[in-house]
Amino acid sequence: MKTYFRLIILILFFWTINSNCQSKMVLIKGGTYIPLYGRDSLQVTIEDFYMDVYPVTNQEFLQFVKQNPKWKKSVVKKLFVDDNYLSNWKSDTNLNSSQSLNAPITNISWFAANDYCECQGKRLPTIDEWEYVAMANEKIPDARIIKTYNEFILSWYEKPKTFNNEIGSTFKNYWGVYDLHGLVWEWTSDFNSVLVSGESRKDVDNDSNLFCGSAAIGATDLMNYAAFMRYAIRGSVKAKYTMRNLGFRCVKD
Amino acid sequence: MKNFRKTFSSVSLLCSAFLILVSCNDATKKDVDAAKIVVSGTMDAELTAPPFVPAPVGDRPAKKLVVNMEILEQEGTMTDGVQYVYWTFGGSVPGSFIRTRVGDEVEFTLSNHPDNKLPHNIDLHAVTGPGGGATSSFVAPGHEKTFSFKTLNPGLYVYHCATAPVGMHIANGMYGLILVEPAGGLPKVDKEYYIMQGDFYTKGDTGEPGLQSFDMKKAVEEDADYVVFNGKVGSLTGDNAITANVGETVRLYVGNGGPNLTSSFHVIGEIFDNVHVEGGSVLNKNVQTTSIPAGGAAIVDFKVDVPGTFILVDHAIFRAFNKGALGMLKVNGENHVDLYSGVKQEGIYNPEGGTIQTMPGDDAKKEVKTNKTLAEKIESGKNIYTKTCFACHQANGEGIANAFPPLAKSDYLNADVKRAIDIVLNGKTGEITVNGAKYNSVMTKQVLTDDEVADVLTYVYNSWGNNKTNVTTSMVVEAKSAH
Repeated sequence: MKTYFRLIILILFFWTINSNCQSKMVLIKGGTYIPLYGRDSLQVTIEDFYMDVYPVTNQEFLQFVKQNPKWKKSVVKKLFVDDNYLSNWKSDTNLNSSQSLNAPITNISWFAANDYCECQGKRLPTIDEWEYVAMANEKIPDARIIKTYNEFILSWYEKPKTFNNEIGSTFKNYWGVYDLHGLVWEWTSDFNSVLVSGESRKDVDNDSNLFCGSAAIGATDLMNYAAFMRYAIRGSVKAKYTMRNLGFRCVKD
Repeated sequence: MKNFRKTFSSVSLLCSAFLILVSCNDATKKDVDAAKIVVSGTMDAELTAPPFVPAPVGDRPAKKLVVNMEILEQEGTMTDGVQYVYWTFGGSVPGSFIRTRVGDEVEFTLSNHPDNKLPHNIDLHAVTGPGGGATSSFVAPGHEKTFSFKTLNPGLYVYHCATAPVGMHIANGMYGLILVEPAGGLPKVDKEYYIMQGDFYTKGDTGEPGLQSFDMKKAVEEDADYVVFNGKVGSLTGDNAITANVGETVRLYVGNGGPNLTSSFHVIGEIFDNVHVEGGSVLNKNVQTTSIPAGGAAIVDFKVDVPGTFILVDHAIFRAFNKGALGMLKVNGENHVDLYSGVKQEGIYNPEGGTIQTMPGDDAKKEVKTNKTLAEKIESGKNIYTKTCFACHQANGEGIANAFPPLAKSDYLNADVKRAIDIVLNGKTGEITVNGAKYNSVMTKQVLTDDEVADVLTYVYNSWGNNKTNVTTSMVVEAKSAH
């Protein structure tokens, strides 16, 4: 009896730590910056907002599915997800044995991510908000011109299966936010507002905001180069798509 | 002279008329063909990893050809101890070989493996249409896209990924070849192989071990660490060499993925009988080295007449011997001495009678120290030995079996010091027996002063277990005058 009691306390203890930890948000102080696609005239101003410290985990999303059965993979409307939705899960409410509870949730669509955040009284970040926070390294809010910062991002492209890693396994940035780089891609609310036609060489002449040839001449270099990949991945997806390397986190005003 | 001019001009007129006729024919032929060819039936395309190619189209009619290609981002070996994450079409670098004929309607499905991180697409140079298919094939990980095209022009074409940053996708291995054969196929040959050159840029220097990541800066500066055939060093050497038998005709489909460097493709010891220049319809004959631009290809064929190993290189030769652009074609079969004799005779070429030629300025008087101690003589002799004798007799006088007799513990040397002096002064040719082994070689006469002869012999006699004779200058002078 005593043992059971202890076990329950222990479980409760871990559970609180866990849930505290996961729902934790930090204040991001607003500011003005020039995003990748901007020219000097095109500055973006960000208001203050709160951002999740970690991406949403398998465990958190599991709970969400249990509370919102319409997101079970067996019953979910095919309008909102593609065939890979939660494809690694053993069943509607069970993870696969190879999946860690504390790894980021992936293989979820934009619709699912959006609904998750709304249910928490939050929302998905905009591209501009996400990029604003993500341009920080450990020490400074805008590290985009720093070589090591870009090298870290680029090296992630060559590390296989990082979606299996647990949250918090990369660095804590200037704002106190973890895992913006080096774990998984993340959904943004307006992911497809920057148009990448798919024929990236054509985009160079396009009047679109994004001068995609950025990997070539004129691109402010390595910095755009690392960031460009994010725009490319965003341009390649649709809201119902799910990917093994694409997760999300929430923000709130 | 006038007559000659007349003949000449009429001949050239005739020639140009003929040329016009020929090119007209070509043009009409093409206009009639291709776009209007009706396809009959459907077949799945055979895809092969390099260095192999699918079966020839032969005389099959144009068909609907279904191509399924999967994109994989995976770690591979660049060279021993060096790993690299390749991005591939079909799991190999270069990607799977696609073989079609003119008029085929290709239904192309590009799948991006769910574990991949990046979106990709494909631009096939054989496609007539925007982006060569790139616009229609941009595909996110875990998804697939299908588009179709009709092959209008025969030739060998490169395909590659065209997703930004385009250079990085190509530099990581995203390229391959698609062949469009003319109606009736290319002339039959005995062996066909698929080879594609590419340049790679790694964070570490050439050969630096470990998992190397792509280096953008080096790529922009076109400073390649590796220039290789088929994605890695040694993909076509040793056990991986391509093979043929004497008398066979070999055709190579050679592409260049780049991203930056143009290939000077050459097979050492062969001459290309035919080259489809730039993979197109112009046929050049008897070519030594053919230029293959980045994003281009060539079809070469040649008959192998003699056995042996033929080395494939990028004849920008440092790339071959220092960066990996080297492959092998092993040809088996009977020797044809009338075509290639092999070594017939070996001899010593000795126009001025000594191994060390006299150079201007050598005459300057050397400071001669007389009355050297034994230790000084040995010291001086060692220097001379290192410059003059070492190459043949080796560092410790061990010689080289069957070629150069040993000086260490040498019975022949220790038996007769006068003979030894004579050999150094005048050289030696013919069979001798040293320590029980027979040698039949040539030692040239040495250009040394009397002092030097004395010193070097003293060094030899006082080393490696010999009998410690102290050879003096007067002994050398005496031996000289004895002649």
